[in-house]
Amino acid sequence: MKFLVCISHVPDTTTRITFTPDGKAFNTAGVQFIINPYDEMALTRALELKEAQGGTVTVINVGLAVTEPTIRKALAIGADDAIRINAEPIDALFVANEIANVAKNEKYDIVFGGRESIDYNGCQVMTMVAEFLELPSVAIATKLDVNGTSATLEREIDGGKEIVSVNLPFVVSAQKDFAEPRIPNMRGIMSARTKPLKVVEPTNAIKASASVAFQSPPAKSECKMISAEHPEELIQLLHTEAKII
Amino acid sequence: MSILVYAETWDGKFKKPSFEAMTYAFELAKSTGDSVTAVVIGPASDDELKRAGEYGCAKVLHVNDAKYNTFCPSAFTTVMADCATSENAKTIVFSQTYSGKSVAPRLAAKLKAGLVSGAIALPSSSQPFVVRKKCFSGKGFTDVEVSSDIKIIAVSPNAHHIAPNSVSVNIQVITPVVADSQFNVKVNEVKKTSGKIALTEAEIVVSAGRGMKGPENWGMIEELADALGAATACSKPVADMGWRPHHEHVGQTGITIAPNLYIAIGISGAIQHLAGISSSKVIVAINTDKEAPFFKIADYGIIGDAFQVVPKLTEAVKQLKSSH
Ligand SMILES: Cc1cc2nc3c(=O)[nH]c(=O)nc-3n(C[C@H](O)[C@H](O)[C@H](O)COP(=O)(O)OP(=O)(O)OC[C@H]3O[C@@H](n4cnc5c(N)ncnc54)[C@H](O)[C@@H]3O)c2cc1C
Ligand SMILES: Nc1ncnc2c1ncn2[C@@H]1O[C@H](COP(=O)(O)O)[C@@H](O)[C@H]1O
Repeated sequence: MKFLVCISHVPDTTTRITFTPDGKAFNTAGVQFIINPYDEMALTRALELKEAQGGTVTVINVGLAVTEPTIRKALAIGADDAIRINAEPIDALFVANEIANVAKNEKYDIVFGGRESIDYNGCQVMTMVAEFLELPSVAIATKLDVNGTSATLEREIDGGKEIVSVNLPFVVSAQKDFAEPRIPNMRGIMSARTKPLKVVEPTNAIKASASVAFQSPPAKSECKMISAEHPEELIQLLHTEAKII
Repeated sequence: MSILVYAETWDGKFKKPSFEAMTYAFELAKSTGDSVTAVVIGPASDDELKRAGEYGCAKVLHVNDAKYNTFCPSAFTTVMADCATSENAKTIVFSQTYSGKSVAPRLAAKLKAGLVSGAIALPSSSQPFVVRKKCFSGKGFTDVEVSSDIKIIAVSPNAHHIAPNSVSVNIQVITPVVADSQFNVKVNEVKKTSGKIALTEAEIVVSAGRGMKGPENWGMIEELADALGAATACSKPVADMGWRPHHEHVGQTGITIAPNLYIAIGISGAIQHLAGISSSKVIVAINTDKEAPFFKIADYGIIGDAFQVVPKLTEAVKQLKSSH
């Protein structure tokens, strides 16, 4: 089977987020970048399926050359090859369209990605890829099992879970529990250097939105302390001052 | 022209985020001189559909074929696209719920429309069309400019208020033509997490962490939640150890929520935990350790032992509720 995994290149989860003084961009100085955590889960599940039944795992990223270390990390974890679409990932529609254009001719059996990227929290790209490819989509999946030409998935919904089935090919976005990420071993890291990483130019066909300004959340006012002897005062404050209960 | 709203139902009733989306659309329509049309896909009684009129929808397009009783992203997207065309809608409003997340991006791709997901405010300007949303898991805000002709906004649950705006409502049953091949995801089973309040929609969330020592001590957490009419949540290790079900785990790798009130009990306040809850309007932390990072972002704090404090809080809530 042929699997494609979409990976985005995001700041490490512990990064202190700051913006440039003009408020127009995210300040990347000194920031450590990682594979988006959900994408790493998606990648791991793709590798598990490949190991169980054979096939190839290709990773794809829309990004400038700065994302290559992140792509190499995915190769070190076990992907066979990689594609980088050489463009700034400005807007989800643009990113999804570029990925779909590349994927269109390759007839992947499953296109994987993450629930959302932890930078812009869009939760958009994978479901857009599905529409561009005219494939079924299962978003925010916590489990995926393939049986022949169909698959069974568990996905989160508001207030519960849904068990769904779908025929291959389809697009899935991973949520926690999808797979336990793997730490690359030395052999993986060594072989990643020589695995193929193809760079393709974007078609620039669509652009529909852009982030034009950024702001940090307002500084929290001091935490108001209530004595442990009189917790009922908290309930009074929530009622009279915060007016939320 | 009209502004279209994807109005979700659950068991034949509008979900709370649907009223938020309707109110959002109505307030937006007021400034542009448009009217609001709600699209309801799936079973709902006429009495329920009329409630859309109480929240500003002048028209309801109802798709009531049994084929739509379970959710399927492709088919629902086609319905929305048809309605957008027939209503000549240039703005389409969703709620950023699980269903919204599965349909809004597909619709955006189909209509080549820019999508602002997780919007937290009405557009700050219409030319250019700019909408604010959260980014970096609540560690920042960004203003997104949408340049496409059609604009789609998915409003973050709990971010927009619900206001009654009574208008006379015209309910139409429609039968869109959707090919069988579009029903390409089959729902085998829906597992509801008990009859309780959905965590992502809850206005109040009572959450507890490793400080509770073991699953046997969750009774007091549930009692406080019941008294407040709140949903319960937990930290990651608590779910990992099997003390609580995984669907309660909030944070970077769990669920992201933005309730009006988040009460964190015996949770240290690690950055990955905060990522899932930092957009809560009011945060309360209860912890024995005065250095716990949670106090840095909390609005109210109690330094104390949860086992002493929590039952007293429950008592105080019950008293407050009985006196009103
Ligand atoms: C990549 C990554 C992703 C992660 N994602 C998440 C995530 O999504 N969600 C998440 O929650 N965590 C996540 N974590 C884990 C996170 O870093 C913390 O380890 C975790 O949140 C700690 O959980 P806790 O606060 O319950 O436990 P602890 O850190 O052990 O804190 C327990 C707290 O309880 C207090 N306490 C003890 N006894 C009492 C008492 N009797 N009364 C009151 N207070 C008491 C203690 O003072 C302490 O502050 C992630 C970590 C990584 C590396
Ligand atoms: N620039 C990108 N390149 C490749 N895949 C991406 C990119 N951005 C997002 N994705 C994929 O789409 C998912 C959802 O991202 P988003 O819609 O940005 O929240 C991510 O988890 C990735 O799997």
